[in-house]
Amino acid sequence: MSALQTDVGDIEQLSQEDRERLALTGLEVGMQNRCGSFFQIDQNVIQTTCGAEGIEMIPIKAALEKYDWVKDYYWNAVSRDKDKYTQYLAKQESPQGLVVIAQPGVKVAMPLQACLFLREEPVQHVHNIFIAREGSEINIISGCASSWQKEHGAHIGVTEIYVGKGARVTSTMIHNWNPGISVFPRSATIVEEDGTFLSNYVCMQPVNQVNMYPTARLVGKNAVARFSSIVVATPGSTLDLGSRAILGAEHTSAELITRAITTGGTIISRGHILGEKDNTRGHIECKGLILKDGIIHAIPEIEGTLTGTELSHEAAVGKIARHEIEYLMARGLSEEEATATIIRGFLDVKISGLPAVLQAQIDAAIDKAESGF
Amino acid sequence: MLDISDLHVNVDGTEKLHDINLHIGQGETHILMGPNGSGKSTLLKAIMGFGGYTITSGSIVFKGQDITGMSIHERAHLGIGMMFQHPPAISGLKLEKLLAATSHLGQDAIEALAQTVNMEDFLARDTNVGFSGGEIKRSEVLQLKVQQPDFLMLDEPESGVDLENMSLMGKEIAGLLEKDVHIVNRRRSGLIITHTGYILDYLEADQGHVLIDGQIRCHGNPREILRVVKEKGYGECLRCKQM
Repeated sequence: MSALQTDVGDIEQLSQEDRERLALTGLEVGMQNRCGSFFQIDQNVIQTTCGAEGIEMIPIKAALEKYDWVKDYYWNAVSRDKDKYTQYLAKQESPQGLVVIAQPGVKVAMPLQACLFLREEPVQHVHNIFIAREGSEINIISGCASSWQKEHGAHIGVTEIYVGKGARVTSTMIHNWNPGISVFPRSATIVEEDGTFLSNYVCMQPVNQVNMYPTARLVGKNAVARFSSIVVATPGSTLDLGSRAILGAEHTSAELITRAITTGGTIISRGHILGEKDNTRGHIECKGLILKDGIIHAIPEIEGTLTGTELSHEAAVGKIARHEIEYLMARGLSEEEATATIIRGFLDVKISGLPAVLQAQIDAAIDKAESGF
Repeated sequence: MLDISDLHVNVDGTEKLHDINLHIGQGETHILMGPNGSGKSTLLKAIMGFGGYTITSGSIVFKGQDITGMSIHERAHLGIGMMFQHPPAISGLKLEKLLAATSHLGQDAIEALAQTVNMEDFLARDTNVGFSGGEIKRSEVLQLKVQQPDFLMLDEPESGVDLENMSLMGKEIAGLLEKDVHIVNRRRSGLIITHTGYILDYLEADQGHVLIDGQIRCHGNPREILRVVKEKGYGECLRCKQM
């Protein structure tokens, strides 16, 4: 096990409240079920450790110094001039964040965890690069949270993901912020031939705003991308979320799936699939439940440029059907139990290929949110 | 077991059931017949307590308790169960999760019950989503086998079911109604809506009732009622003033 910087003591000094908040984003302080861990509090990397053979986890600053070639992946998938947030990040003299490198053919089912914790500073900036070489398979769970005492702040994060030939990357991001925190992730993924990119996003706790539109560019034949999002907007929260897939090679396919619930907040669920090569397929599915008056605005876009692409979308927004609740009540469930059972089913997105530990993490986030329905 | 007295039920502000009186004793199975739209399903839903079925006067007493104002799940807890004719498809809710949520049974027990109605391959599927007519009925029977109600209401158990499934359904429903138990010891009761009477090939019923225009127009031997309806249609029941 290599430990570049490890100060688990710092993690252990976290308050019980903060530890619980982090646990809900998937952080395993004890490292059970994790093969590597990266922990950044505000701008300080306090832990980088990885026990998996053939996988390197290294803070980005160290990675840029250690490997000359890392700069080829730095601001490549994401343009530094994309918007004011990327420009802000590009101006930082001391970039923070994590680089993960999976060597060719290395397959690790157990997830790596990357924990980004906003405790005291007004803005946390993060730049991550995940590189999966040819034939490798990695699962990364990124838990992003703020201290329970943190009233205001912003998190700006760029993540660039490179899925090599025949490689498979599963990236699961779980957010657990506070009502005054604004979050601006800027992510992009490049998927090569026969590569698979699975992106899962869960945000079920209050936040001021989350604004993101990650893009996957499928540049090699048979590449696959699937984005799944499970989000709940509480009163005062604005979640402006989207995902985009560019089917830029033959036989590529993409699926964008969203389950959105508002209990009074605003959700804008965007999606865009561009089919620009033959034998490509794409589907967008957005289902929204309005539990209390709020906004769910689904904006699915499908754009084809030639005859050989097949694109579709379906979107539905509404409330829980009364006859479904009564059906379960006739089986003996109270109205509250019936409602929760239906919501749990609604959120049960079939994310095939998701490791059991990641599914357990998503289930735990649903459990936690369910008490608020 | 069930005593309905002078029951009047409104749906959307219109009276759909008028002055219903029905007594079903412990261990008895009754058949409810009547033309389409006569109010049969309305009666079952009013007994179950569904929203939109407003009782304007009269009472429903179950096991000696007045349940007229009770919520649906309280009635279910008292022992009333219902097989739906058109149950909702609930996207995302796996059948096994529904069964686990509505019972204290473990996974093994649920699987064993599912096998008895050939539903083991459906446990991991969304409840009623894309189920065929026969599969929906088997799903309903499975849910009732988990629930084990003392009083069972069946809304057209034969509809949409092929012959092979009908045989399985008939036997399972007979089992739920304890038809294998000696008549003296039989505790369970049932009320079955049927158009065809096929269900009577699998179980004996004690009484039949004909509902026309929201009123019970006749009580009698179920097979005799079935024969009259088959031969002369419901017009005969309209002419018949026996009340």
